[in-house]
Amino acid sequence: MPPMNVVVTVKQIPDPAEPGSLEGDNTLNRSGKLILDEADSYGVEMALQLVAAAGSGEVTLVSVTANGEVSGLRSALAMGADKAVLVSDDAIAGSDALGTAKVLAAAIGRVEGVDLVLCAVEASDGYTGTVAAQLSELLGLNSATFAKHVEIADGKVKVQRQTEAGFDEVVTSLPALVSVTAGVVEPRYPSFKGIMAAKNKPVDQVTLADLGLDASQVGWGGARQTITAVTPAPAREAGEKIVDEGDAHEKIVAFLEELKVI
Amino acid sequence: MTVSKIWVHAEALDGKVSTITLELLAKARELGDTVEAFYGGADAEAIAATLGAHGATTVHATGDLGGTLLGVPVAAALAAKVAAGAGPDAFLFGTTPDGRDIAGRLSAKIDRPLLSNNVELDVADGKLVATTPVFGGTVNVTTTFAGDGPAIVLARPKSFAAAESGGGAAAVQALDVPADALGGTTIVERHVEESTGPKLDEAAVVVSGGRGLGEADKYEMIETLAKLLHGAPGASRAIVDAGWVPYAYQVGQTGKVVKPTVYMACGISGATQHLVGMKGSKNIIAINKDEEAPIFGVADLGIVGDVHKVLPKLIEALQSRS
Repeated sequence: MPPMNVVVTVKQIPDPAEPGSLEGDNTLNRSGKLILDEADSYGVEMALQLVAAAGSGEVTLVSVTANGEVSGLRSALAMGADKAVLVSDDAIAGSDALGTAKVLAAAIGRVEGVDLVLCAVEASDGYTGTVAAQLSELLGLNSATFAKHVEIADGKVKVQRQTEAGFDEVVTSLPALVSVTAGVVEPRYPSFKGIMAAKNKPVDQVTLADLGLDASQVGWGGARQTITAVTPAPAREAGEKIVDEGDAHEKIVAFLEELKVI
Repeated sequence: MTVSKIWVHAEALDGKVSTITLELLAKARELGDTVEAFYGGADAEAIAATLGAHGATTVHATGDLGGTLLGVPVAAALAAKVAAGAGPDAFLFGTTPDGRDIAGRLSAKIDRPLLSNNVELDVADGKLVATTPVFGGTVNVTTTFAGDGPAIVLARPKSFAAAESGGGAAAVQALDVPADALGGTTIVERHVEESTGPKLDEAAVVVSGGRGLGEADKYEMIETLAKLLHGAPGASRAIVDAGWVPYAYQVGQTGKVVKPTVYMACGISGATQHLVGMKGSKNIIAINKDEEAPIFGVADLGIVGDVHKVLPKLIEALQSRS
């Protein structure tokens, strides 16, 4: 089989287990430690499996940040990715989905011989869910999105694409971009050896200027949108809570009767 | 205040217009003077009457795409309209797989930003204003578009109520697709995985199961219960990812949004990802072993207990009534 070179876009996000907050300019507070978005661990695993199946090739991570953070990238390198390109620039803060896609596209342009680009369907923090489509358009690539199963053979990629009603079998030719859902594969845990090796793997850190991008195309200016209000959503009140003493089902039946459902 | 013209992405399955499309058309009538639809596919004539009855005066339809996945050809056709000065002030999509594909590619093609996952839409100073829930739906962020060119907006299903306008059938107009936009990615086979009975996002009762069921076989209890209540079975992301049930059953941020009369969460802890998809339900019943589970924070009736004990008794009680 020919070598398989896969680029995986990965996002470093604030730990979702911690309560999130917004900065004064209404961007997400990303000042604490950033971790690998769990949504991206599936793409990393998929890439590792595809390269292993091909027998040769490389997995390159591409990531975008405003603050030079690498801890999330190291987690993905520890899983087994070979190298990373990290675009780090203050001007990236406030970028929207299209701005992010423009930076990713320019960064992927630095990687040679790309057969496949893998993205998550959506990030866990912003969940716009459109970067994969925007990126494939900017790169001029065919795309197969929302993949829950991916197979590669004879220069073609075949995916099971989730739909509202079930799934479609979709086929396209390489090079291509595929966005994968959580659960497409089971991500591995980094081994101790992997964690140690990750410390010395190459991370090519570049700025917007290195990519030939003007700061006005990204960040708040490039986003061409203004946040006009941030308000707490109306909270839902909790009702009655009881501990089951063996008769909780009667309580449920009574509630359903009251609602005239039965 | 309104904008002049809005185009709504029409989605349909087997000639039936999807609910999200009807919801968007109803909202578009509040926001725009003229509401039209666009559709990727061959059978626009079959849906023109329904689209018209919900307020679309015209449906711009691509015709047969030969199985090409919608993103590339529909975005290319829309971008050509914009380039020719024949586009709308705003494009409205549902936050669906095809909606995201087309909107994303269109955004890159015409270099306009998009706003996704919106739950409210408005017009202020002649510009579209969109509201998106963040942090698991606890905070709403309202954003308006700046700069020239059409707005691209994706709204979450169940955000607006569908309503008929009493209009006649929409006029079908050709939406020309550039030849090089065809055939890149092709659908070779379709699989429908929905359960029999009422549809998950339309059912009056939804019974969902999660990791607390312990093993895939136990999901049968959820299906039995859903059937007894004339409802639809649903699932948390955890058991979909684990392969117990198909994605079509998933309720939550990355699955379906449901707002039934009764939502019953069985063995679901209530991660924000799940809550976003169901906390708009009229009544919520939760059964979970962990009394600290976040699901109890939104439940009208919370049962701290073991689903393996409560559900069999509940099923028996309901069976004895029927």
